Amino acid sequence: MSAAVATSGIKVQQATGGMPRHHVAIFIALLAAGIVAPFMLYPVFVMKVMCFALFACAFNLLLGYTGLLSFGHAAYFGFASYICAYSAKSWGLTPELAILLGTAAATVLGLVIGALSIRRQGIYFAMVTLAFAQMVFFFCLQAPFTGGEDGIQAVPRGHLFGLISLRSDFTLYWVVLAITLGGLLAIYRIIHSPFGQVLKAIRENEPRAVSLGYRVNRYKLATFVLSAALAGLAGSTKAIVFQLASLTDVHWSMSGEVVLMTLIGGLGTVFGPILGATVIITMQNYLATFGAWVTIIQGIIFVVCVMLFREGVIGVISKWIKKPL
Amino acid sequence: MRKTGFLLASLAASLMASSAFAQDISVKIGVLNDRSGIYADLAGEGSVVAARMAVEDFGAAAKGMKVEIVSADHQNKPDVASTISRQWLDQDGVNAIVDVPTSSAALAVNEIVKGANATFINSGAGTADLTGVACSPHTVHWTYDTWALANGTGSAMVKQGGDSWFFLTADYAFGHALERDTAAVVEKAGGKVLGHVRHPFPGTDFSSFLLQAQSSGAKVIGLANAGGDTVNAIKQAAEFGITQAGQTLAGLLIFVGDIHALGLQTAQGLVLTESFYWDLNDSTREWSARFEKLDGDKPTMVQAGVYAGVLHYLKAIEATKTTDADTVVAKMKEMPTDDPLFGKGEIRADGRKIHDMYLFRVKSPEQSKGPWDYYETLETIPAAEAFRPMADGNCPLVK
Amino acid sequence: MFELLGIPPQALFGQLLLGLINGSFYAILSLGLAIIFGLLNIINFAHGAQYMLGAFVAWMLLNYLGINYWWALLLAPLIVGITGVIIERLLVQRLYHLDHLYGLLLTFGLALIIQGVLRNQYGISGLPYTIPSQLSGGQNLGFMFLPNYRGWVVLASLVVCIATWFVIEKTRLGAYLRAATENPTLVSAFGINVPRMITLTYGFGVALAGFAGVLAAPIYSVNPNMGADLIIVVFAVVVIGGMGSILGSIITGFSLGLIEGLTKVFYPEASSVVIFVIMAIVLLIKPAGLFGRTA
Repeated sequence: MSAAVATSGIKVQQATGGMPRHHVAIFIALLAAGIVAPFMLYPVFVMKVMCFALFACAFNLLLGYTGLLSFGHAAYFGFASYICAYSAKSWGLTPELAILLGTAAATVLGLVIGALSIRRQGIYFAMVTLAFAQMVFFFCLQAPFTGGEDGIQAVPRGHLFGLISLRSDFTLYWVVLAITLGGLLAIYRIIHSPFGQVLKAIRENEPRAVSLGYRVNRYKLATFVLSAALAGLAGSTKAIVFQLASLTDVHWSMSGEVVLMTLIGGLGTVFGPILGATVIITMQNYLATFGAWVTIIQGIIFVVCVMLFREGVIGVISKWIKKPL
Repeated sequence: MRKTGFLLASLAASLMASSAFAQDISVKIGVLNDRSGIYADLAGEGSVVAARMAVEDFGAAAKGMKVEIVSADHQNKPDVASTISRQWLDQDGVNAIVDVPTSSAALAVNEIVKGANATFINSGAGTADLTGVACSPHTVHWTYDTWALANGTGSAMVKQGGDSWFFLTADYAFGHALERDTAAVVEKAGGKVLGHVRHPFPGTDFSSFLLQAQSSGAKVIGLANAGGDTVNAIKQAAEFGITQAGQTLAGLLIFVGDIHALGLQTAQGLVLTESFYWDLNDSTREWSARFEKLDGDKPTMVQAGVYAGVLHYLKAIEATKTTDADTVVAKMKEMPTDDPLFGKGEIRADGRKIHDMYLFRVKSPEQSKGPWDYYETLETIPAAEAFRPMADGNCPLVK
Repeated sequence: MFELLGIPPQALFGQLLLGLINGSFYAILSLGLAIIFGLLNIINFAHGAQYMLGAFVAWMLLNYLGINYWWALLLAPLIVGITGVIIERLLVQRLYHLDHLYGLLLTFGLALIIQGVLRNQYGISGLPYTIPSQLSGGQNLGFMFLPNYRGWVVLASLVVCIATWFVIEKTRLGAYLRAATENPTLVSAFGINVPRMITLTYGFGVALAGFAGVLAAPIYSVNPNMGADLIIVVFAVVVIGGMGSILGSIITGFSLGLIEGLTKVFYPEASSVVIFVIMAIVLLIKPAGLFGRTA
């Protein structure tokens, strides 16, 4: 999606040159914010924001950097959270193993759905991923282990590595912060690697990338799987934080929300989805008393973003300071 | 900075709460429910109205108690419910959370309240696990549960002659459980289950499944589904002339608001169980008239349960002069309940509130004398038989 | 008579007929999507919301203005179509120079708004809409009781689908339309107002959704979410059929309704996913869709 590229006019940082100074600064600022946040704000809320920030960044890896709009990313997020919750609760796995298992499940699911979906392009791709995600939703609804509408409840947070108890929100917070920052750094590495450069080439001009001898579909699939895996990592972490897994996270409206988060923050920017997730989650939290207005406001934001603000907040700032963010 | 403010406020609140003088007691009750989704009519703003009425009728101000009601929308999402209730308990000094429809959200809140010094009075959710495997010393389940509905409709229907059943079941855990519970009751009462068909959830077209139910020849078609599915199934059953042909539809989870939405023409003849109906007796009529003036609609049983639950909770605080959850809930279980809506009753050790349930049949348009005149009472299921015996629930509290 | 896998053929026939009724909705909706896609190249995510809007407009006409079903069948699609025209003029039009995915995102946002507003206003339990008296009751066909209204749904949707196909494939107007799909610049060189044609096409596609909504109002519950899940199934239908041909989308719609109907008899547990499974198979064998042209 060529128009999505807010940063295309800007000189892209060379992949090999290491992290530019302003990115280092932003990562340090994020880390600092992450350290200060639990003292200023409600830690569970901040953890929720972090999970969704990671989810949105994972989604952006696919849409922002390969131009593939998946309208079914809730499938990986939600399915992973089910697997994680189930393995922690029923098999008594330690949290890190449960999260890994959830992530692995999302990876496999991403591989299967991705392999089928990339057979279609553009709008069709969006519809196909949506339809598959709906299938996953029905599976999660009907499979006996998911508890149907009740979801999987009272998931133990357990002991990290079997040693450190995560019962306290505060202890858990540092683990979630580490996972989120780790995930973000991984995404950053992917984007700025030679692999990431090929992705950009595909996004800008797919036929050209093909003629240059790149096996475009393999690149697309690899990105799809990576994106699904990271979404799964976010979903698994969320299951441990909230000690539950439920249908909300596999529903198509969740797929819509993650698109909105990415859009608002800035497609194809490294840091945009983090801001977008923060905005949307905060909004949901504070508008909780207004009922259906949340849906309406989200719809309006969608329309406004698409009509007037396609670059997103970070995209605009990035243009402003003439540096990719 | 704001956090410090919160901390101070909640610190002050807890200091005040633990003080021994009744006139100093301040109570904060959070009504957490669905204000925009499928349960907005069943619970929603009406539950907040009911809670306020309870505070007023209790005469909190005159008794020197300061009661504050806050409310929020959990959008039927367990994680939203979980975030809000954690925040309420940890930061805003909320002492009790009430209502919480949607089983997944209710179970999530239940887990949080279990580990905190707070009380949970559930009215809106159906899951019998709240007083079963997931039971908690801080939870009271007031109005109904799926077991009671299945039991009421199942056993009373067989008594009324509906002894052969076919189930139309929503194909997920909830529907399966509803079917299983009802089938057990039907068979125990001497009835027969001829078969079942599982329909996708959520479904829009039930005609195919209804025809299968029709050709089974069963006297009763049990609708083991909920919300929009039940409404659609009833609507289409009327269209295919299934009730006219002599089969009876039994709704296993359907409320007065759904009947209101369906209209009597379509819903007539449907049999269902509820624990409250506005037109039961003089005191329910009087209360419901007051409620209608404030809310615009007649109350649902969930809203009635919020009223009665809050009233009983405040009585227990008055008696114990504390908001400490262990003490208050113990007192709530010890004191017999008495309110204008559910009459006299009790709360069992597992947290289950016990009262009569009623088997209703939906009136035909000719029988109905005016708006909201929907039900005729077929049978009263006595409190002692209406709910799952404590021993069958596997609640760890009573082992 | 013999039995087929334990089901008497009469019952089977009845179930097939019911499948055809569901297929009618798939057909009208996927037809509308295909027409919009053909000319505008966007996927109208708001299609489900507009279908729901059709049902609500019919309900409002009846309850606020006392206008009966038959007039609603004409007026509601018109009203919904006009809202479509306004949306196209104000919003969609400004996105044609961008990637098509933005159209999808815009209409998704619109769908959220429409659903949210109606949910705020009318709640979610659903509103009653009775079957018009002329069509109440039903026919005993021997093998099943067919409500008259269901028969009418099949008939009405067949007529609408075939008429649409006829207009697009066999008339001069349709020829312009098809030509504009291929090469808008050339067509406008012939003095045809292409932007206006695009606007009207969007309005017509949306009106089809509204029409389906009115048809659905008496049999399904009129509630703000009625279109949300349906539209995902219709997307799958569209992927299976491919959006290259008008007739293709009609045929796919009806036949998938039939297949779904059969699933409900033989393996009801799978009836919610059968269309998605078929979609997966079609993607493996013929990625462009059954009637699609390979790009």
